[in-house]
Amino acid sequence: MQAIQYREAIREAMVEEMRRDERVFLMGEEVAQYNGAYKVSQGMLDEFGPRRVVDSPISETGFSGLGVGAAMYGLRPIIEFMSWSFCLVAADQIINNAPKMLYMSGGQFGCPAVFRGNNGAGGQLGSTHSWCVESMFSSVPGLKLAVPSTPRDAKGLLKTAIRDDDPVFFLESERMLGLGARGGKDFSRYLKDTWAPPTPKQDEDFTIPFGVADIKKPGNDVTIVAAGRPVHFALDAAEALGKEGIDCEVIDPRTYRPLDIDTIVKSVRKTNYCVVVDQSWPFASVGSEIAAQVYEHAMDDLDNKVIRINNDDVPAPYNRTLEQEMLPNTKKIIDTVRAVTYNA
Amino acid sequence: MTTVANFAIDYRQYLNEHGEVNTKLPDFANNSDTLIQNYQDMVLTRTFDLKAVTLQRTGKLGTFPPILGQEALSVGIGSSMQKDDVLVPSYRDHGAQFQRGVSMQEVLLYWGGDERGSNFASANAKDDLPISVPIASQYLHAAGIAKAFQYRQQKRVAVTFCGDGGTSEGDFYEAINLAGTWKLPVVFIVSNNQWAISVPRDIQSGCETLAQKAIAAGFTGVQVDGNDIIAVREASLNALEHARNGNGPALIEAITYRLGDHTTADDAKRYRSREETNAAWQREPIARLKSYLVNIGVWNEEQEKNLQTQCAAKVEKAVKAFLDMPKPNVTEIFDSLYAQLPEALIEQREEAISEASS
Repeated sequence: MQAIQYREAIREAMVEEMRRDERVFLMGEEVAQYNGAYKVSQGMLDEFGPRRVVDSPISETGFSGLGVGAAMYGLRPIIEFMSWSFCLVAADQIINNAPKMLYMSGGQFGCPAVFRGNNGAGGQLGSTHSWCVESMFSSVPGLKLAVPSTPRDAKGLLKTAIRDDDPVFFLESERMLGLGARGGKDFSRYLKDTWAPPTPKQDEDFTIPFGVADIKKPGNDVTIVAAGRPVHFALDAAEALGKEGIDCEVIDPRTYRPLDIDTIVKSVRKTNYCVVVDQSWPFASVGSEIAAQVYEHAMDDLDNKVIRINNDDVPAPYNRTLEQEMLPNTKKIIDTVRAVTYNA
Repeated sequence: MTTVANFAIDYRQYLNEHGEVNTKLPDFANNSDTLIQNYQDMVLTRTFDLKAVTLQRTGKLGTFPPILGQEALSVGIGSSMQKDDVLVPSYRDHGAQFQRGVSMQEVLLYWGGDERGSNFASANAKDDLPISVPIASQYLHAAGIAKAFQYRQQKRVAVTFCGDGGTSEGDFYEAINLAGTWKLPVVFIVSNNQWAISVPRDIQSGCETLAQKAIAAGFTGVQVDGNDIIAVREASLNALEHARNGNGPALIEAITYRLGDHTTADDAKRYRSREETNAAWQREPIARLKSYLVNIGVWNEEQEKNLQTQCAAKVEKAVKAFLDMPKPNVTEIFDSLYAQLPEALIEQREEAISEASS
């Protein structure tokens, strides 16, 4: 087991894939000379040079669209958004072009690009800089979307994303970039042996397939579905609830597109209760989609309604206390699980 | 006060609207065979275009954007590209596409709502991008392709088109800015046909020329008479050579006029005067080149008659092939969505098959 931060796991994935495949390059704001706004790409310019680690002008539409063209032409760009909040100015290129190119060219030109960056509230960044984009973008056909919650998942899923022939939206979190700096202390005890990726020595070709949910904690009494940062809230809640005798199963879908609904349904058939945690807004959210699919597949197995925990349906407040109140958190999960399992 | 930079925009015209040469011709234009070939291609493009509008009017084609009046620009750019260059067209560039080897049948298929029309059979056009209908988004794709050429150290050039309206889009500015910053091998064509649907050029931008926008991005922009194929080809050959030799992008603003409607879903008579259109017909490119070729004694009415007959026959053949094309299979809805169909869609695909056959 190694001490590895989430940001280092992302970097390892990029570096390994760039060594492996000459077509892969990194492009974005401050990724080269400044080593990344969040130091994710630290040292990559030194190793790969300015041809493959490219500082872009402040021009999200520009480098997104240029990346689409380069990807259609056989390169494999990794396009870093400093924040997914900044991708919105590039929406036409990333959702109206990238995922449709293969389709609109009659199968000729695919778009094997990875768009990645920080997603979700970073901590008092205000509403324009605190976007969670998974619900908006998961409804777009033609793309894939990953939301890793641990350094292990970040590395394994990003390597898969870079090798994938379709466009992948890779949603990281500013609040998780440093996780792993203190080794296992940064994680729930339930992740004791599973939060870090294998070292390159242990497994030089470690990848995690898309569309395979991970049972972060097995349990029998209630299913909690969460991806990305809320996985950690769910695990903390599971620990607290365990002391009350409620044995939670925490399932991390890891990718919303494709979604491994089978693993979730299997769990619900066992526990008969389901809570879905989703860090985006509630209306037409990925959490709503999961709840709907659980009803479609396991209505008769449910002993209570499925409850969703989302952001409050307001823009992210700037104030620290209010922001905490607005986001999903451990307390909300504990309260919800207690409420939903009252008849158990 | 000190002047820190000075800029000028050149305008080129060799053949005036009467087909008279008003300055020394570039070398390639002294070869009348080349000009005759260009002329024949322009006539074929127009024959196709008029037929396509008729097909739409009779319910056999979807919405279609006529290229009427812009044949010199489209044929001129397409014919000056080299085989392994890449064309990134907008929706009104079929003249250039034909030069690249795209077939008339394929263009009809596309506008008939059949994606198979974007899967070009010609080896020459195989790397060209499909028609792009959004405005100026393709400028960035061309820049990206140029980035790939540069990345691989290939001496190839990406060529892309947008209209005068397209130059007001953010994608246009971000594309030229990136191309200028990274000296990408891309040639940007602005087909300034004076009208963006009903929006005239003078309320599109406060710039005297659209070519000068390139100056702000750090490279040269020139303006040409887009109805003079000699001026178009000269500017295009220069720009392509400049880009191919690693000197970065270039922009050509071609002044032309859209003689037809924006598309078959538009009626230009509602927003522009008959006088303006009549005046524009006096400057149109095909009569101009024909007049020049006749005057220098390399073209006559008999050749013209034969050409018209041949073009009509070629177009009829393409139309027949288009109309005889079997309908696409329902599974095509799913088959090009992902490189590999995700499990969740397999069931939907099977349902579609059984619904289609029931």
